[in-house]
Amino acid sequence: MADRHPKRSPRDGRAARWFREILRAGKAKEAATVAANTGKAPRTYARGAGSMRGCGVLDYRRGFKHGLPIALGYISVSFAFGIQASAAGLYPWQALLISMLNVTSAGQMAGLQLMVAGAGLPEMALTQLTINLRYGLMSLALSQKLDGSMTLPHRLAISFCNTDEVFILAAAQPGKVGRAYLYGLTNGPYLGWALGTFAGAVAGNLLPVSVTAPLGLAIYGMFLAILLPPFRHCREIRFVVLVAVALSCLFTYLPVCKPLTGGFRIILCAVGASALGAWLFPEPAATEAPTPCDGDGLTEQDRINREVRL
Amino acid sequence: MNNTAFFPYLLTMALVTYLIRMLPLAAIRRRIQSRFLQAFLRYVPYAVLGAMTFPAVFSATGNMATSLCGLAIGVLLGFMEKGLLTVALSACAAAYLAGFIF
Repeated sequence: MADRHPKRSPRDGRAARWFREILRAGKAKEAATVAANTGKAPRTYARGAGSMRGCGVLDYRRGFKHGLPIALGYISVSFAFGIQASAAGLYPWQALLISMLNVTSAGQMAGLQLMVAGAGLPEMALTQLTINLRYGLMSLALSQKLDGSMTLPHRLAISFCNTDEVFILAAAQPGKVGRAYLYGLTNGPYLGWALGTFAGAVAGNLLPVSVTAPLGLAIYGMFLAILLPPFRHCREIRFVVLVAVALSCLFTYLPVCKPLTGGFRIILCAVGASALGAWLFPEPAATEAPTPCDGDGLTEQDRINREVRL
Repeated sequence: MNNTAFFPYLLTMALVTYLIRMLPLAAIRRRIQSRFLQAFLRYVPYAVLGAMTFPAVFSATGNMATSLCGLAIGVLLGFMEKGLLTVALSACAAAYLAGFIF
């Protein structure tokens, strides 16, 4: 060590030692919290579970980091929406306003088509309802993940940008999630969604397609990164996912099911697969007993490693 | 588009979308007791994820071949449990490079 850092002064050594000690203390404290929170359920990693967590800068930053890939994917998707909106005759600020007030990809695309066609307002409302009804299901599931820091005003604010991707990331977090994490998680994607729309509407055709097209994969790459670790580790989740994928492919490619809109298709697949999973593998709920699938089936050490990588 | 036509559309869209998202989150404050529902809600995110990814990912880049290349890299790295950004960017890069071939 000394050979590799010949210029290191004793002070550096002390600082490093001090830093290491702090780190160790932090880890010990965290381990203690985990142990305290999981007396009955040692495999549940309780990060963010206590009410004292959930309102910190660290949680905000962790959420923001988790949201970055979503933001990146959103920029590419909303860029495409911006191009379409300006092609349909909307001003860039109108496209921006739609994105800032709706924050939903499929719903906005459909809404744009209805605007251009001059459809009636009831038709617009009904279309949005059918396409976006899946968010109701997601909000329902998310309501079970929130900790005490999520009071009503924060629920009203967070639900505004509860998109598919944000919901999935929040739901895949071990334990409960608090408002700091959720604000961090939603801010980046919201900004990306708005900026991408505006950029697409103003300067849509400046970037070559060879660059913008591959960005469409960003969202799905992220999905795979969330989905595959628990898929690998947990039999029940593997079953549910495979059923959902099979149903989704069936509904997409069967000619009979063509009239199903994307939103309805997702609701049907998710409800069908989850209900089947819950029927076959209901978990002991009343006792909060640990199961291999709590969180996403990773051990605590896995999770810490993963946290670092994220 | 002129504003008298635009704003009613905009407000209708935004209001419906927000209400769908907001009502369950604001109304349900307690823990759901039913064992079945708890398990159900725990599986929902993964089912949603599966249904949203497949088969949509096959046409994510507008080209089946480059999408499949990106998907293959994404699945590989996902199984290796790499971070979100790593997997997402690698899949994009793979699709971009595959674009020179297909």
